[in-house]
Amino acid sequence: MSVSLETRDLTIRFGGHVAVDRVSCVFRPGELTAIVGPNGAGKTTYFNLISGQLRASSGQVLLDGADITAESAPLRARRGLGRAFQLTNLFPNLTVAENVRLAVQSARGVHYNILRPWMLRRDLIERADQILVDVALEQKRAHPAAALPHGDQRKLEVALLIALEPRVFMFDEPTAGMSVDEAPVVLDLIARLKKDTSKIIMLVEHKMDVVRSLADRIIVLTNGACVADGEPATVIASPAVQEAYLGIAPKHGAPS
Amino acid sequence: MMILSGNPPRGKLLTGLVVLVVGLLALAPFLFPGSKPLNVAAKICVYALLVASYDLLLGYAGIVSFAHTMFYGVGAYGVAIALHALGASWFAVFAGLGAALAVAGALALLIGLFSLRVQTIFFAMVTLAVASAFAVLASQLSWLTGGEDGRTFSVPQALRPGFQLIDSGAFGGAANGRTLAYYLVFGVAAVLFLALLRIVESPFGRVLQAIRENPFRAEALGYRIVVHRTAANVLAALFAACAGALNALWLRYTGPDTTLSFSIMLDILVMVVIGGMGTLYGAIVGAAVFVLAQNYLQALMGVAFGAINKAGLPLVAGFLNPDRWLLWLGVLFILSVYFFPTGVVGRLRADPKP
Repeated sequence: MSVSLETRDLTIRFGGHVAVDRVSCVFRPGELTAIVGPNGAGKTTYFNLISGQLRASSGQVLLDGADITAESAPLRARRGLGRAFQLTNLFPNLTVAENVRLAVQSARGVHYNILRPWMLRRDLIERADQILVDVALEQKRAHPAAALPHGDQRKLEVALLIALEPRVFMFDEPTAGMSVDEAPVVLDLIARLKKDTSKIIMLVEHKMDVVRSLADRIIVLTNGACVADGEPATVIASPAVQEAYLGIAPKHGAPS
Repeated sequence: MMILSGNPPRGKLLTGLVVLVVGLLALAPFLFPGSKPLNVAAKICVYALLVASYDLLLGYAGIVSFAHTMFYGVGAYGVAIALHALGASWFAVFAGLGAALAVAGALALLIGLFSLRVQTIFFAMVTLAVASAFAVLASQLSWLTGGEDGRTFSVPQALRPGFQLIDSGAFGGAANGRTLAYYLVFGVAAVLFLALLRIVESPFGRVLQAIRENPFRAEALGYRIVVHRTAANVLAALFAACAGALNALWLRYTGPDTTLSFSIMLDILVMVVIGGMGTLYGAIVGAAVFVLAQNYLQALMGVAFGAINKAGLPLVAGFLNPDRWLLWLGVLFILSVYFFPTGVVGRLRADPKP
C-alpha cells in the first residue's frame, strides 16, 4: 500500500512570530523532496509539525487521508512517519547496537514485552546488526553512543531512522558536520532508499550539490512561507530562490 | 542461563562480591547463630528487594519517587491487618498480600496516570505529598492500623520460633520456625530479585532505559513514554509491596516507623546510591553495606573507643564515642559518593582487569 502525506495551510505561531506560515504541500510516494531555505526559514519547524514534536496553531497534517494534526509524536511514528534529527539526538549512555535495536524493536511492535530477555530475540538483534553494517558502524557496535565522533553519531542518527522502517522518511540535514569521506555513506543510503518507490522521502539540506544529485522536487521556505515548489532545475534557476535562498538579488548582478 | 536474565554481574570482583554476600545470606542461620545476626540478615534480604525495586524506577526509568515507602507500607499493613483480623493462617497471609498488591497497583496506576505526564520534578513532589498523606492516614485510622502503635500479630504456626521442623539436635536447634521464616524471606526475595533482573533485560526494560536517556527521542521512535513510565511505577510498587509483606512476616509487627517513615525513604536512596544506580546488583551490595553499618558500626566504634581510651588519648577517643555513630555513617556516605560516584557496582564494572 502506498502512502500519501499532505499539509494544508499548516501554521505555527510562537507569540507574534509566525514560524511556519500556511504551508500546503502534497508529498508523493517515490519522490524525494528537498526542503531548502535560509537559516531560520522554518524548515525544521515544518518537520516538527509533521512528525508531531510540535502542534500546529492552525492547518492540518493528513497521512493516508486521515487527519493526524492532533496526534502525539509516538502515535505518528507508529503510523509510519519516521524522523531523523538535525541536532544529534541519541540515547547517549546506551551502546550503538542498543540504540539501533530500540528502533528495530519499535518497528516490529515490541513495546511492552516484559517476559522474554532481549538476548532471545535473535531476529531483532540480527536486523540491527545488518543496519549497522549498512551504515558502516559494525566495528563500533559496543561503544556508548556518546563516545562516537560527530560523523559517526550522524550515521547512527540515520541508522535509527532506517531501522524504524517508516513509510515517510524525514531527514534533517543528515550530512551536517560530516567529513567529505563520511558523507557519501549516508548519501548512498538515501539514494538506495529512493529505489523503493512506495516511500516518501523528505530531506532538509543546505548543500546544493547534494540537493541537485538526489532531489526530484524542491520546496523553498522563506520566513515560514513556501515561495517555490517544483522541478530542481526550474526552482534553482528562479529569481525568487536566488534571492531568498542565496541572499543574492540577481537583478543587481552580484556574483555568487 | 535463559531461565535467568542473561545479565550476570560482569567483572570478577563484582561477581565475587555478589556471590559472597548472597552465599553468606543463604547460610546465615548456620554461620551466625543468635537472633541479632539473623535479624540483620533478614533485613538485608528485605532491603535488597526493596532497593532493587526502587532502582527499577530511579536507575532504569529515571523517575524520582518519594512514595516507595508507601507501597512498602501497603504490603506490610496488608499482611498485618489480615493476620490480625483473620487469625494466624496461610490463607490470611495470602489474602493480605493479594489485597495489598491490588491497593499498591491501583495507587501506583493513579499516581502515574495523573502525574507522570508532567515533568519528573513535579512527579517527585506529588509522590512526596501522597506518601505524607498516606503516613498520616495510617497513624490516624487506629481501628484498622493500630495507629502509632502499629499492629502486633501472630504468624502461621510453621514460622513461629517454637515450631520444630525436625527433632532438634540435628542442626543444633537451627531447624526451627524462625529459620523457616528466614528462608521464606530469603527465598522470596531471591526469586523476586531474579524477576526484576529479567524485567530490566527485557525489551520493555530497554525502553525504560531509552526513556531515561532521551524521552524526546523515545517518543520519536514510537514509544509512549507515559504508558511506559506508569507501567514501571506500577511494577516497582508491586515489588515494594512484596518486600513490605516479607518484612511484616519477619518482624511479626507492622507500624508507621518500620514501614512508612520518611527516614526509610532516605535509607533507600542512600542504599541505591552506595550500591550504584541502574545496576540492580547495586541493591544487594548497598543493602548489605548499609544495614551492616547501621547495626554494627556502633558496636565497632565502642570497641575502638575503649581501646583508644585505654591508650590514654581521650581527645581522639571522643571522636569515636559510640554515640556519634550516625556522624560516621554520614562520613562513610559522603566518602562513598565522592570516591564511587557510580556506586560500588559501577566502580567495579568500570575497572575490569586490564
